[in-house]
Amino acid sequence: MSIGKVEGKEEKKMKMVRIYIMGKMYEVPEGLTIMKAMEYAGYRFIRGCGCRGGFCGACATVYRIGNDYKLYTGLACQTTVQDGMYLVQIPFVPAEKPRYDIDKLRPTASTVISIFPEVTRCVACNTCTKSCPQDIEVMDAIQAIIRGDLIKAAELSFDCIACGICSMRCPAEIVHYHVFQLVRRLYGKYLAKKAKHLEQRVNEILQGKYAEELEKLTKMSIEELKKLYETREIEKVEVIKR
Amino acid sequence: MSQVAGYPDYMKKLIEKVEETRDRRLREEYRRVTPEEKEELLRKWHPDYRPEGKRPLKVGPSKGLIVPHEVANLIEAYPLIDPRQIDLSRVDYDVDILIIGGGGAGASAAIWANISGIPADRIMIATKLRFGDANTKMAQGGIQAADRPEDSPILHFIDVMGGGHFANKPELVRRLVEDAPFIIKWLEDLGVMFDKDAEGNMIEVTGGGACRRRLHACKDYTGLEIMRVLMDETLNRGIQILEFSPAIELLTDPDTGAVTGAVLWNLETKEYYIARAKAVVLATGGYGRLHIQGFPTTNHYGATMDGVVMAYRVGARLRDLDATQYHPTGAAYPEQIVGLLVTEKCRSLGAQLVNIDGEQFIYPLEPRDVVASAIIRECYGRNKGIITPTGMRGVWLDTPMIEEIHGKGTIQRYLSAVHRMFNRFGIDPTKEPVLVFPTLHYMNGGVEINVKAQVLNGKGEPIPGFFAAGEVCGGVHGKNRLMGNSLLEITVFGRIAGMSAAEHVKNSNPGKLSLVHVERYVEMLKEAGIPPKRKAPMILPEYRGEKVLSRALPLFTL
Repeated sequence: MSIGKVEGKEEKKMKMVRIYIMGKMYEVPEGLTIMKAMEYAGYRFIRGCGCRGGFCGACATVYRIGNDYKLYTGLACQTTVQDGMYLVQIPFVPAEKPRYDIDKLRPTASTVISIFPEVTRCVACNTCTKSCPQDIEVMDAIQAIIRGDLIKAAELSFDCIACGICSMRCPAEIVHYHVFQLVRRLYGKYLAKKAKHLEQRVNEILQGKYAEELEKLTKMSIEELKKLYETREIEKVEVIKR
Repeated sequence: MSQVAGYPDYMKKLIEKVEETRDRRLREEYRRVTPEEKEELLRKWHPDYRPEGKRPLKVGPSKGLIVPHEVANLIEAYPLIDPRQIDLSRVDYDVDILIIGGGGAGASAAIWANISGIPADRIMIATKLRFGDANTKMAQGGIQAADRPEDSPILHFIDVMGGGHFANKPELVRRLVEDAPFIIKWLEDLGVMFDKDAEGNMIEVTGGGACRRRLHACKDYTGLEIMRVLMDETLNRGIQILEFSPAIELLTDPDTGAVTGAVLWNLETKEYYIARAKAVVLATGGYGRLHIQGFPTTNHYGATMDGVVMAYRVGARLRDLDATQYHPTGAAYPEQIVGLLVTEKCRSLGAQLVNIDGEQFIYPLEPRDVVASAIIRECYGRNKGIITPTGMRGVWLDTPMIEEIHGKGTIQRYLSAVHRMFNRFGIDPTKEPVLVFPTLHYMNGGVEINVKAQVLNGKGEPIPGFFAAGEVCGGVHGKNRLMGNSLLEITVFGRIAGMSAAEHVKNSNPGKLSLVHVERYVEMLKEAGIPPKRKAPMILPEYRGEKVLSRALPLFTL
């Protein structure tokens, strides 16, 4: 028994597929992700690899399969290799982030467009949406900004991991992930209602409401703390109120 | 695009069992373990408790501390550089505050150092990969803060201590829980999009081991949302970022022992840089990529514990490094995503853990070490696990229950990362359960700090000019961290580290630069008979294929 180790993986005879990393052919075991296949082939990542779990956007990859005309996109850590895959990673997209002071902005479309005027060049070709490895409605989010609906744009773009593939494909040369970052901050800061219970608790703590009891707890013996822990009442799971 | 066609037939057949019992289980609450049962479960089944997995450290200020072999092998290791090769007379970056690590703790420290009066161009973040490449981005479930009327920092404190087996440093826990609501307010004001109801109240759920609903979330991309907002703010303020330049050694003033800078190494050009600073903040994260006891990990590519290695050479005291967090629910199928996180929020929203017979075997919201142990026992002690085509074992996480309890569309709305990850491989968690097994998630211990985030030496005194925050530190979580307290720790103590460093800078001059601490450490290693081949820090794990490595000729390095 070896807990945690994958059993029997080594013994199995591996079926191989052919992939082409920037045009050069390698035989790799089928079923691997592109990332693990590249490592199997001998690549050691510095660029093009970050979280390895689909959250950081470092491993954006474009590929074609055999003579299929279509250009596919994916994250190397979340995409399985296929026989005849021609791939290249796009680990970086050139786009400087404009600086702004979020405290001095108004939450309107004109704010967004004044910082990112190219947003209005969108020709609604939908290439961004088609290329998004997160399946985000990218073009709809851009169009929502143009219509002045920042809330919609913030919600639609929420799952963006800033891999930048859309921005490389966009004929209007929009840098979507920077645009959406601004939109989401404007929404979170100005358009979403503030949590009143939060502000109240912050004030209570500032006034020292819990200071004395916390001080007592930090000095308490483990035996006493254990008793408090074992006898505390536990709140039930509740249906989410939206 | 879905890449594999979901579960093989035999697994689909096993899922029928889960479906058969679901209606009954929806009304069934599994009882919680007693303190005695908990102890036995951990002792018998938690990987931390296996004596063959660990050993006492042979050298340094925490000599005798018991740590996993993988950790000891890096601490009892020689530097990558020969101190005599390094020219310290040319300073490449001369700043007030050097922050090592570009995750949530580092960014929080940078922002608060700037708020505290240090000009942005006097602050530099040096990071191994890109700014933001850190476990912060991968945190899904949420961030704790006791801000509902039914809750209080008192209860939060008790939960944290109990979850950590009362081994935590109480004064750090107090800062954690007392600053928590302020931190959420700060994040709200920065523009983090928390899940809220129509009135603006936070939608909060319960994490394992917590007695109240106090998890604030941004769907199941909570860490990503917090990190990208912190990055945006850091960049807006004009703070310098040096990417692909990990620190490989700290620098100290030979007269005072103060930390005065670091040797950074450009991963791409292979040149080194000397950074001099009046204060150094260590925010380098944890050790998932050491694959303790052969476990897969949820951690990012650079989580190799470099900070602990460097700090120890300077004389920092370590603690609780024997306690590794195995997250109960890492993906166990399909093979492509084995070890990746399936957030605890699934259980917060009602998903139960179920064995091959379709039966529960543990209350789903026990602390993580307890749930992980129960899953291991179910798979290896009772043989009630499900075996995958590649030989992995796992149990079911019955995600369709979430939709039954909270309504259709809940998973896509509140767990969109989970939904997306499984759908990529042809599994729909709204309709089918997902297979899970514990995965290496978090370094509970680390470098010891005080409430000012100052790093302490072997005697418990602050090392001048040296601060730390985040996963690299130990003490906050004791032997076991609760869900939602890591995003909280990085922001609470990142902020404190930034403010403390700023205060220190205002009253100090740049110190001398030396590597004498490294030379001394090498002498200690030699005396202890440590094999000279062992080198650290690791910087990045090695995943290249054996076939390639066995034929590799290092003629020149690109």
